[in-house]
Amino acid sequence: MKSLLSLAWLGVFGVLLSPAFAGEPLKIGVAGSHSGDLAPYGLPAKHAVELAVSELNQKGGLLGRAVELIALDDVCKPETATNVASKMVSEKVVAVIGHICSSATKAALSIYREANILVISPSATSPELTLEHQNPLFFRTIPHDARQAILQAQFAVEALKVKTAAVVHDKGDYGKGLALLVEQELRARGVEVLLVEGVTPGAQDYSALIRKIGRANPDLIAYGGYHPEASKIVAQARKKGIKSLFISGDGIKDPSFLKIGRQHAEGYYATSPSDLSLHPLNQKVTDQLKAKGQVPGNFGLQAHAAFSALAHAIEEAKSTDPQKIKAELLRLTTQTTLGPISFDANGDLTGAGFAVYQVQKGEFVDLHFSPKP
Amino acid sequence: MISDSGQYFLEIAFSGLTRGSIYALIALGYTMVYGILGLINFAHGEVYMIGAFVGLIFASLASLLGWGPVSLLLVALASALIWAGAYGWSIERIAYRPLRQAPRLAPLISAIGMSIFLREYVILAQTPDFVAFPALFERLPALPESLDGYLQAAELVILMVTLVVLSGLFGMIKFSRLGKAMRAIAQDREMALLLGVDTDKVISMTFVLGSGLAAVGAVMISAHIGQINYNIGFIVGIKAFTAAVLGGIGSINGAALGGLILGLTEAFATGYVSSDYEDVFAFLILVLILILRPAGILGQDRPEKV
Repeated sequence: MKSLLSLAWLGVFGVLLSPAFAGEPLKIGVAGSHSGDLAPYGLPAKHAVELAVSELNQKGGLLGRAVELIALDDVCKPETATNVASKMVSEKVVAVIGHICSSATKAALSIYREANILVISPSATSPELTLEHQNPLFFRTIPHDARQAILQAQFAVEALKVKTAAVVHDKGDYGKGLALLVEQELRARGVEVLLVEGVTPGAQDYSALIRKIGRANPDLIAYGGYHPEASKIVAQARKKGIKSLFISGDGIKDPSFLKIGRQHAEGYYATSPSDLSLHPLNQKVTDQLKAKGQVPGNFGLQAHAAFSALAHAIEEAKSTDPQKIKAELLRLTTQTTLGPISFDANGDLTGAGFAVYQVQKGEFVDLHFSPKP
Repeated sequence: MISDSGQYFLEIAFSGLTRGSIYALIALGYTMVYGILGLINFAHGEVYMIGAFVGLIFASLASLLGWGPVSLLLVALASALIWAGAYGWSIERIAYRPLRQAPRLAPLISAIGMSIFLREYVILAQTPDFVAFPALFERLPALPESLDGYLQAAELVILMVTLVVLSGLFGMIKFSRLGKAMRAIAQDREMALLLGVDTDKVISMTFVLGSGLAAVGAVMISAHIGQINYNIGFIVGIKAFTAAVLGGIGSINGAALGGLILGLTEAFATGYVSSDYEDVFAFLILVLILILRPAGILGQDRPEKV
């Protein structure tokens, strides 16, 4: 009863606040983990899209129609995600913002693909989703996992001019996954990879490995993993007199790396998501969410950007035909919470992404490196 | 002149010996306790970790007084030795002595509980993060050039200190009254008690000694590596326990030998095969030796007491 009443109130407010709309509402799905363990990933994304939608509706909606959100919870489980996707199809949504987890997104895409529904994920980073060209109507507003590896390889070759490299990882999902991608990208750019080694996190010391690397004497050591091992390895290498350059991913970009690595961390390179906090739109959305007692979380801003890009494309396409929206998405550049973004032919983000940092005088400094096109 | 590959071989060997010395120092604690009580002291790795923290605290305090690197190292070693010894003594009193007559499973569970307690205690009382350990070895004078290619000053110090500590321990166990009492209890606790050996006191001293040795190892390796956290005792503890089993648990010489063999195996696996297989080789050696000699290299096959 209570919920019905509040629904009624919502209706009254809706009528009072928004301009009168003609015709059917334009339905947009938002799917992801809205409950359960991974709700902290999915809920902020949902809240951010709700914010964007209410703002848009006050301005007159899309194509003269009100935008109606269909929010469905997939708990980040692939089996639930396919159910959610079927429901989205029966609701006849124009497009879906989601899903959150890569595995759930992959499962759901098999349904959306059949139904010709355009999907933009704010957070699914698994490279295969776009790179295998299985999902022509799939876009994402987050760089995929291989991006970081590609950037590391580009930086190593173009800026550091390395010829030889050693790749070391911590045998974990993140560290090994990243390091092997880096290895692949380095080889593809003609760098000779002398060694690929895995270390056990928490082991007493890595001196035998350091000596092995010292003997191979690579120009670059690419380490995939987190900061405790990275600082241990770089400190031991420097003490041994090894002058090779070091590069790692966002797993080491942490204040404790600087604290523990001390003078040995100087000169260490790291790729990490670009700092967007100074972007005005980012600040505005963050403040608006906070005013409602919500947080942008890890993916809220990406979700907001996904909706902005989608709305922009629908407006320009003057149609809800997914192929036309896709064409506009590929053509347009949209001002979003992530800065100006556009998409490449795979559906991946260009513009916002990772940046290269270097430890200089005990701080991570953005080198503003941009790879050659 | 030694060829390039010869030099590499020696470098890897020194890496293995350094790592093995630390394993040996910790393994002695496991093996002495096992020899006397038939108990695996699972909290031993945590005593090692606490030794590192105590060394860090006292070395930092002493460095405020402007002391030199050698005296800082000595302060860290001495404080860690004493403090960890006190921990060893207390652990035995609190967690093991009340269970002396209990079934064997009870002290084992108590040991695991103590291990978890100590780790959580350090998280709460100190920090869950990594902390930088003062680089006590970095300011040591450089080695003469003829040695410089093979090992670092820190490794030489670790090897020398381990050698001195182990010789002292072996001498003590062979000749001193306490050492003789320890061996007597290891052979037959009840008989030793009947012959007037204060078994409780000797057992306490065994814990103090074992803990002190682990703390010495902890301070040296932490000063070399430069970072510690609450979890450093876990993997090292498992490896040292493996070393003790490898050498023959209960045997003092076996623990030292097992530590060195394990350290060398790991270093050569990394140096000549791949660091991915470091642990594979370490445990392969263990399996092979236990198949050939189920009691470990220097362990004695004792019939199970009924």
